[in-house]
Amino acid sequence: MSITAEETREQIVAETKTRNRALIDEVLKVYPEKTAKRRAKHLNVYEEGKSDCGVKSNIKSVPGVMTIRGCAYAGSKGVVWGPIKDMIHISHGPVGCGQYSWASRRNYYIGTTGVDTFVTMQFTSDFQEKDIVFGGDKKLEKIMDEIEDLFPLNHGITVQSECPIGLIGDDIEAVSKKKSKEYGGKTIVPVRCEGFRGVSQSLGHHIANDSIRDYVFEKQGAEPKAFEKTPYDVAIIGDYNIGGDAWSSRILLEEMGLRVIAQWSGDGSLAELENTPMAKLNVLHCYRSMNYISRYMEEKHGVPWVEYNFFGPSKIAESLRTIASYFDDHIKEGAERVIEKYNRLTEEVIAKYRPRLEGRTVMLFVGGLRPRHVIGAYEDLGMNVVGTGYEFGHNDDYQRTTHYVKDGTLIYDDVTGYEFEKMVETIQPDLVGSGIKEKYVFQKMGVPFRQMHSWDYSGPYHGYDGFAIFARDMDMAINNPVWSLTKTPWE
Amino acid sequence: MSDKLRQIAFYGKGGIGKSTTSQNTLAALTEMGQKILIVGCDPKADSTRLILHSKAQDTVLSLAAEAGSVEDLEIEDVMKVGYRDIRCVESGGPEPGVGCAGRGVITSINFLEENGAYDGVDYVSYDVLGDVVCGGFAMPIRENKAQEIYIVMSGEMMAMYAANNISKGILKYANSGGVRLGGLVCNERQTDKELELAEALAGKLGTKLIHFVPRDNIVQHAELRRMTVLEYAPESKQAEEYRQLAQKIHANGGNGTIPTPITMDELEDMLMEFGIMSAVDESVIGKSAAELAAAV
Repeated sequence: MSITAEETREQIVAETKTRNRALIDEVLKVYPEKTAKRRAKHLNVYEEGKSDCGVKSNIKSVPGVMTIRGCAYAGSKGVVWGPIKDMIHISHGPVGCGQYSWASRRNYYIGTTGVDTFVTMQFTSDFQEKDIVFGGDKKLEKIMDEIEDLFPLNHGITVQSECPIGLIGDDIEAVSKKKSKEYGGKTIVPVRCEGFRGVSQSLGHHIANDSIRDYVFEKQGAEPKAFEKTPYDVAIIGDYNIGGDAWSSRILLEEMGLRVIAQWSGDGSLAELENTPMAKLNVLHCYRSMNYISRYMEEKHGVPWVEYNFFGPSKIAESLRTIASYFDDHIKEGAERVIEKYNRLTEEVIAKYRPRLEGRTVMLFVGGLRPRHVIGAYEDLGMNVVGTGYEFGHNDDYQRTTHYVKDGTLIYDDVTGYEFEKMVETIQPDLVGSGIKEKYVFQKMGVPFRQMHSWDYSGPYHGYDGFAIFARDMDMAINNPVWSLTKTPWE
Repeated sequence: MSDKLRQIAFYGKGGIGKSTTSQNTLAALTEMGQKILIVGCDPKADSTRLILHSKAQDTVLSLAAEAGSVEDLEIEDVMKVGYRDIRCVESGGPEPGVGCAGRGVITSINFLEENGAYDGVDYVSYDVLGDVVCGGFAMPIRENKAQEIYIVMSGEMMAMYAANNISKGILKYANSGGVRLGGLVCNERQTDKELELAEALAGKLGTKLIHFVPRDNIVQHAELRRMTVLEYAPESKQAEEYRQLAQKIHANGGNGTIPTPITMDELEDMLMEFGIMSAVDESVIGKSAAELAAAV
């Protein structure tokens, strides 16, 4: 009996692989020869036991296709720096980049907006022709002066460079230095995240990380700020508090006895950034966007870092134990206590939703850590992720993905609009998880969809509380009665 | 307005005498009854000083910056009329080291066209700075602006090098935009075999030496008075030279060629042919005079 089941499983996997390989050949057919050759390197079928997913990544997108990627400015302003709530982030350049990145990520925060916190506000130097021709340094100085006058409780300023700043050679470093001195040493960070740099938002994350190193850490010099350490200090790195994710994560760490001294960067503040090198351990959620600064703190300040995953109870329990392993028994016991405490909630959620979701298939295409991290949460609900890919992942992301995906999973790096549509059309998953640009394409195909960047205006999805919401949301999308009405009645 | 507007441009290495040559030549063209508009495309804004007797006129871009944007300007604000009714406009630009002067040239030329600065003239002459360093400074040679480019050069190596580089810029736009190389104007520096070299370079570039302008101190005298030689000393020999150049340019309409730029090696070979450079002995490259003396 068991042998038969095993054989059946093997047969299914073999069939899946054959279908997926044929599908890749099929989508490549529409491209010109050169393009097909280039795109072929980004598409593959995961083979169990391999050390990566067999795809090339972090390579320039092919001109002419619809890529889902962003730019370096998006990576710095939109992801890393934007959520730091008590600093003002100037979108430096023409107005469009600032306008379209205005409060576009749901980085929740506490504070009085416009008084001591500024996340959902938008500051731009609104470059005009004359600023391009004559340079914008004077205008930038004026904006900083106005910020100081109008928002005296700001704790610092960052200058997020849009493309023209790099083209015309404005000296934003000199302006920042001058103004910082003028305002008594205020932290002013020039960020060279011009959109034309790199192949995606990924380089923007790196540039932003480096600017924290150079203008927040190095600036402090030898004299650390007054800070009372405890042996249980940790910093949450790479949680952007989308819909409150960092909060539902933070409580778990606190309940197990740790003290969270900083959140990077969702609901984070400049003081938290400054204090982070004093942590005992940096716990890293989004590896892609913040591994750089974590490595730096390890080398320079001796702060170890560990990756964790707070999507779904299996991974949460595993992660809590991993984090606890860096501390004494007090914390280790704390981790077990937390896992035990939320066990009932988890069981109830699974009892309610698993029967409704069991065996359903999912295809993902997102950024950062989610193409792998959310897989466990789906599996806790009995669902299978049959295809996944990264917008801007690197090879180390695809290596890490091997711990999550099953044999035969379809892998697509920097997927193009056409490829994604064609693949979903063929595979017909029960759910697609991607972004706003993809949402309506697939819903119109009659495929249930959840935005997995913004949690579709829901969330949080991190932590045990987040899992309950995640389960409800997936059920809501898949089992919505509307899908039974999409069949044409006269056919 | 004559039925056919001639648009020409002067390019050449910095300091070669583009502005002086162009203003004197254009002044001579007015004697032939031509109505002229000069468009200075150099942030230094010194392309019209001999015509206007002024240090520097207010530029399109400085006035635009003051007014808020270029849309707030009227053509009368930026156009001045000087010697023999020559109309003068300076594009201007940022001070050295900031902003984007190339974008400034594009902005100003678009403004001038849109606001009818070219109506009622026979010649538009663009005076462009140094090398073609970026797309902005190539503006006058693309999009059907200048039909012929005159490169001011001398017998100096770097001036010829620049002339060759500018030819590359022209070649790039020759097929799409129809711009042509009108010819070389040699501004004498009294280097060895200057006339022969200039003619040889013209030959290599597939064009001709339009005129060899001899060196004459009277140009200096006129320039100190912020005047063209044509105005300061109309009877002088030098004024006659510029008249000849003007006549040649006037007669050269439609005779421009697509340039055939050469490589740096070919340029050096040419200098060797004329005995200006001896055959390159690889062992002397990068050695100072003292080092070479010690080696003997």
